[in-house]
Amino acid sequence: MTDATASGAAPERRHTSLMTADKGTRRRNAAEARFRAYGLAAIAVGLAALVILLVSILSQGLSSFRQAYVTLDVPLTAETLDPGGNRDPADIASVSTFGYSSIIRDAVLNTFRNAGIEIEGLSEDEARGIISPEASAQIRDRVLADPELIGQTVEIEVLANSWIDGYFKGRVTDRTAELNSNVSPAQIQLAQAMQDAGILNVHFNWAFITAPDASDNRPEAAGLGVAIIGSLYMMLIVLCLALPIGVAASIYLEEFAPQNWFTDVIEVNISNLAAVPSIVYGILGLAIFINFAGLPQSAPIVGGLVLTLMTLPTIIIATRASLKAVPPSIRDAALGIGASKMQSVFHHVLPLAMPGILTGTIIGLAQALGETAPLLLIGMVAFVRDYPAAPPDGFFDPASALPVQVYNWTQRADPAFVERASGAIIVLLVFLLIMNTLAIVLRRRFERRW
Amino acid sequence: MNDMRPLERIVDTDNVKIAAKNVQVYYGDTHAIKDVDVDILANTVTAFIGPSGCGKSTFLRCINRMNDTIDIARIEGNILLDGEDIYDKRVDPVQLRARVGMVFQKPNPFPKSIYDNVAYGPKIHGLARNKAELDEIVEKALRRGAIWDEVKDRLHASGTGLSGGQQQRLCIARAVATEPEVLLMDEPCSALDPIATAQVEELIDELKETYSVVIVTHSMQQAARVSQKTAFFHLGNLVEYGDTGDIFNTPQDQRTESYITGRIG
Repeated sequence: MTDATASGAAPERRHTSLMTADKGTRRRNAAEARFRAYGLAAIAVGLAALVILLVSILSQGLSSFRQAYVTLDVPLTAETLDPGGNRDPADIASVSTFGYSSIIRDAVLNTFRNAGIEIEGLSEDEARGIISPEASAQIRDRVLADPELIGQTVEIEVLANSWIDGYFKGRVTDRTAELNSNVSPAQIQLAQAMQDAGILNVHFNWAFITAPDASDNRPEAAGLGVAIIGSLYMMLIVLCLALPIGVAASIYLEEFAPQNWFTDVIEVNISNLAAVPSIVYGILGLAIFINFAGLPQSAPIVGGLVLTLMTLPTIIIATRASLKAVPPSIRDAALGIGASKMQSVFHHVLPLAMPGILTGTIIGLAQALGETAPLLLIGMVAFVRDYPAAPPDGFFDPASALPVQVYNWTQRADPAFVERASGAIIVLLVFLLIMNTLAIVLRRRFERRW
Repeated sequence: MNDMRPLERIVDTDNVKIAAKNVQVYYGDTHAIKDVDVDILANTVTAFIGPSGCGKSTFLRCINRMNDTIDIARIEGNILLDGEDIYDKRVDPVQLRARVGMVFQKPNPFPKSIYDNVAYGPKIHGLARNKAELDEIVEKALRRGAIWDEVKDRLHASGTGLSGGQQQRLCIARAVATEPEVLLMDEPCSALDPIATAQVEELIDELKETYSVVIVTHSMQQAARVSQKTAFFHLGNLVEYGDTGDIFNTPQDQRTESYITGRIG
């Protein structure tokens, strides 16, 4: 009978129908629904930011991969290009791009005549202004590559001026041209007539990826070639230095080092190094590698060393985390059958930690690829037009880097450079995407082996 | 019956494989093993029983110096393997572990092929001169592990793809492949079902022909079934050590009797 009174001790808890939710349940369900809504909202905000970023970059930058070109009928007169008349390469090379100025004028007039386009109301210079100042260099390169062409009239495709190029990309209109001292509405009409006649074409621009940077007044000729090579060289240096050093340090700290105050200090400092602003590494690089060690400025070797210092903490932290994640039973198993500490680490633990290590390394590399600030301090922001040589000598030649090139172009006045900068960002993003894909592929591959 | 008392026990010293004298183990400030004296005989299965946390696994791990991997563990006293102190400064634990193999509580095959699991020990100890010899060692070990028939057609499949019982027998095969003299087993059947347990127990019985086997177990039935000698640990002390039949039928110590009859532990 005492049982019966005990069960009546909690009279509030009445048995209600399961078909209707009680107050507490409703409150809990509402809280859960709210939390889901917050989560969805957070993801939506993140996705929206990503979409806006991509759309703005792609809409501004994709056009830099296309460029307006003019096909000129160039009369390569022998008297101008080879005054000696003996086709000596040294003689031909002694004619500078200024010497090609009359050739260009003749070529433009020649081309208009052949295409049947009348130049009304425009001076010869204005008509010539449709062609990029880079054109003389393009023609000269062509002649130097093939001196046999001298004396003939050759069809050569040269760059159009960036303002004309802007007209075909919608950056310049008749209205803005009236207010612009660099381009006139008459020139735009002429360019339109040239396109109609088929001597001006807008097509894919390989030079944007392969060509070196160009000066402020010829954005149409600026390319990423030197920056891409510089970035690749630096990534090579970072990979070759940071991966072995970082992995060796992590293995020592995680598997061999005794637990004492000294290793604790090292551990804390490594974590702190990962949070040090990257520009500090730039100052360090400037002080140590350039001022003290005497390495050349603007060189990929210095950039690579600085970025190695910056990437090391990332790689060490990722490697230690993945070493920690290997179950201790595997170490026991190896030790239990008489493997030495080193055998157990290198035969069993390290292979299991490999996917994590590779992912960490590639993420560290990607971070280094996008790093700008330390490179500015060591002179990578210099204007470099010569391609660096093949490695290892090329590591010491001046070069630029992709993010620095972006920074550099956004500093310039000509709006054509804004388009170039966005295009460079697209190239950078493509590289990062490739690296991340590689990280995922490697991870899958190594995981499947086990 | 008095000769079953630890101090009065007379052992044939020729037959002693491992002699522990006055062993103390500390984990930091915790005194985990107190004054343990035990002689483990060759070609015998010795069972360590006792409630959880009584130190039997700790003592087992002292025998092949696996406690070295724990920074805060400190061991005093002597453990002699064939009369040589294994804690002598000149002893390399790696060499010791090749002679004193270990099977762990949870099956822990390497995430490699079955073949590589067994071949790993012989390879690092240089027991095989060529592939044919290695094949032979692997087959012999797998046969001794009573798993050969089940895996002979898939030697290059992953060891982690086997069932729990198979994995444990693979681990035993891996341990015997290095030709140890003593085999330590830390609750080898705790993760296994009764059928797999029976297979492993049968295996232990066969292994004692070649090795001295020390097994830690929570199952008193198992200790009674497989062992010839039993040691009862309680709170870090070795309470009683003797022939298995005597320990289970006529325990001398009150605590042993309480544990065996299920009143403590």
